[in-house]
Amino acid sequence: MTSSTQRREDISASRVPGREEPYLVVEDLSVKFPTADGLVQAVSDLSYTVEQGKTLGIVGESGSGKSVSSMAVLGLHDMRRTYMDGSIRVGGTEVVGLDESKLRRLRGADVAMIFQDALAALHPFYKVGSQLSEAYLAHHPSASRRDARAKAIEMLDRVGIPQPDRRIYDYSHQFSGGMRQRAMIAMALVNDPKLLIADEPTTALDVTVQAQILDLLQDLQRDFGSAVIIITHDLGVIAEMADDVLVMYGGRAVEYGTCKQILSQPMMPYTWGLLESVPELDSDPTQRLLPIAGTPPSLLSPPSGCPFHPRCRFRDHVPGDLCVTQLPDLEPPIDSPDRLKRCHIKDTAAVLKTDLVPSEA
Amino acid sequence: MLGYIIRRLISAVLVVIMTSMLVFALFFYGPSNPGQALCSGVRCTAERVEQINVALGFNDPVVDQYGTWAKGVFAGRTVDFGGAPIDCPAPCFGVSYQDRIPVTETLSERFPATLSLAIGAAFIFFPLGLLLGVLAARKRGTSIDRGLVGSSLILSSIPYYLVGLMAYLYLVIFWGVAPQPDYNPITENPWKWWTGLLLPWVVLGIWNSTAYARFSRGSMLESLGEDYVRTARAKGLTERKIVVKHALRAAIVPVLTIFGLDFAGLLAGTVFTEYIFGINGIGRTALLAINNQDFPIIAATVLIAAAFVVLANLIVDILYSVVDPRVRLT
Repeated sequence: MTSSTQRREDISASRVPGREEPYLVVEDLSVKFPTADGLVQAVSDLSYTVEQGKTLGIVGESGSGKSVSSMAVLGLHDMRRTYMDGSIRVGGTEVVGLDESKLRRLRGADVAMIFQDALAALHPFYKVGSQLSEAYLAHHPSASRRDARAKAIEMLDRVGIPQPDRRIYDYSHQFSGGMRQRAMIAMALVNDPKLLIADEPTTALDVTVQAQILDLLQDLQRDFGSAVIIITHDLGVIAEMADDVLVMYGGRAVEYGTCKQILSQPMMPYTWGLLESVPELDSDPTQRLLPIAGTPPSLLSPPSGCPFHPRCRFRDHVPGDLCVTQLPDLEPPIDSPDRLKRCHIKDTAAVLKTDLVPSEA
Repeated sequence: MLGYIIRRLISAVLVVIMTSMLVFALFFYGPSNPGQALCSGVRCTAERVEQINVALGFNDPVVDQYGTWAKGVFAGRTVDFGGAPIDCPAPCFGVSYQDRIPVTETLSERFPATLSLAIGAAFIFFPLGLLLGVLAARKRGTSIDRGLVGSSLILSSIPYYLVGLMAYLYLVIFWGVAPQPDYNPITENPWKWWTGLLLPWVVLGIWNSTAYARFSRGSMLESLGEDYVRTARAKGLTERKIVVKHALRAAIVPVLTIFGLDFAGLLAGTVFTEYIFGINGIGRTALLAINNQDFPIIAATVLIAAAFVVLANLIVDILYSVVDPRVRLT
């Protein structure tokens, strides 16, 4: 047995079995990037957890910090140009500040990632099979090349690629878009990860392929029992996949609850805006979609107070200029202690009822 | 693939033919007077010049002269300078006006020196430049990066002939730490071949490596930012594998293109290097031929350069299809 597998077991041993902590715990995570223009506050004070077998959906616009926070779980940022604070625990192992060699043994083994745009994310110069084998061999150093190839074929078969024993010799550009994303998923699952992070896994795909990929992810999650984080700006994907939902805005969590809570009883104006901007199948096709006015905030100089206030239509429900001066806490709304929202409006349910629902009735 | 190569070779031949016509036109329609250049010394009279012009056909229309020359390339010919006719077997690119030796003979005799120089220098500047470039890219923004980029800019902004002369002056003449540059065929004395070329190799290699360092740094930075490199990192590969197998493999492709053309340029004659270090290769021969209006040599060296560049382009394109599976040659 080589020393690297030995060390891998040490990490596993450090996880206390029976401890009641969810598999992934993110606590007060802040990620900042120094740039020529100043410090970019990509993620501020973010906390969430994901349990084994559960799916967390993270939604938000571009630049809301959703990808940055999940890449931090794998330590994928260039640490020389990133300031990270807070805590990320994966199966009890603290990831923030973990040294590179230990991080490496975590990446792709315990935590795997599926990226958006599989064409760019797969290497154009290597055969798909060899990229899969490589991922397997990286964490099974004693395995033979033949084992790794068999594993690659098995995984491609598992994600529904026909004739996997031949397709392993193809390059990624010879695959269709959906097949590439399947191959990407196969590569992520090759080491049976306990946590799978899917960063916009279906964004570049057409709707039918998107549905197939989401089904596949759900099947695989059932079989592997892994914890899944799905990052998307598509609330349809959230509705289909997520158990819990985290809504992010300007690098912060603005609403956090179960999928049902967030989608049926959203409690934060930004979430309202997101839901309003989704076209409905049975709505009047001539009716204009309702976008959220304005643009996402600059992370170089975030707005004062609530980051959403420059775009918020509901500021008159808040006394004074609280929205502009004070950052609302992420706290449970009245009468629902099991969820969190970041908004100064005290009784959001009432505002939702009076200002939003009647217009649809 | 084979069809592609054949088509490219045909177009390569066409390019070389066109180049030869162009060289002829430039030389003979330009302000040249080969008869005068050939007839040097005090006894040179107008009649003597005219005699030479008639004997060597310089008064004939340029098209005819080209025809004679081109025929010689394939069939060989004899050239009469007014003494004993000189036999010039095919492929005959003419006979040097200066030393009256067939050009083919002279250049094939001098080519090994240039080839030795080019290969030796390439063995220094390609790996060295790539290594420094990768290192700078990996350490982007650090003092190592800035030091490498800065020193490479400074070195490459000093004209090459100055660097070469200074190196020769200090290392060989003043300090005597480097062996006297000289070309000895490797077949005769490998040790002397090596020591004689050492300084030119190092000077040419290091000076050229600066451009490669900057170029491969840029290419490497680009590929390090690619999604597939992030994927490689997310797979848990070692840093060495990420950099070498995933990033460098893609970064090396554009560097290879430049290398192909540069190397062809070196084979066509490293003019400064050969001149400064007194190595009798193609470059030095070409330079002297220009001074002497020795047209056959000029034409042949230009053609060699054209042929190498076209060939290098072809080889680079074929290499592309080997390195990048997305490239299909059709």
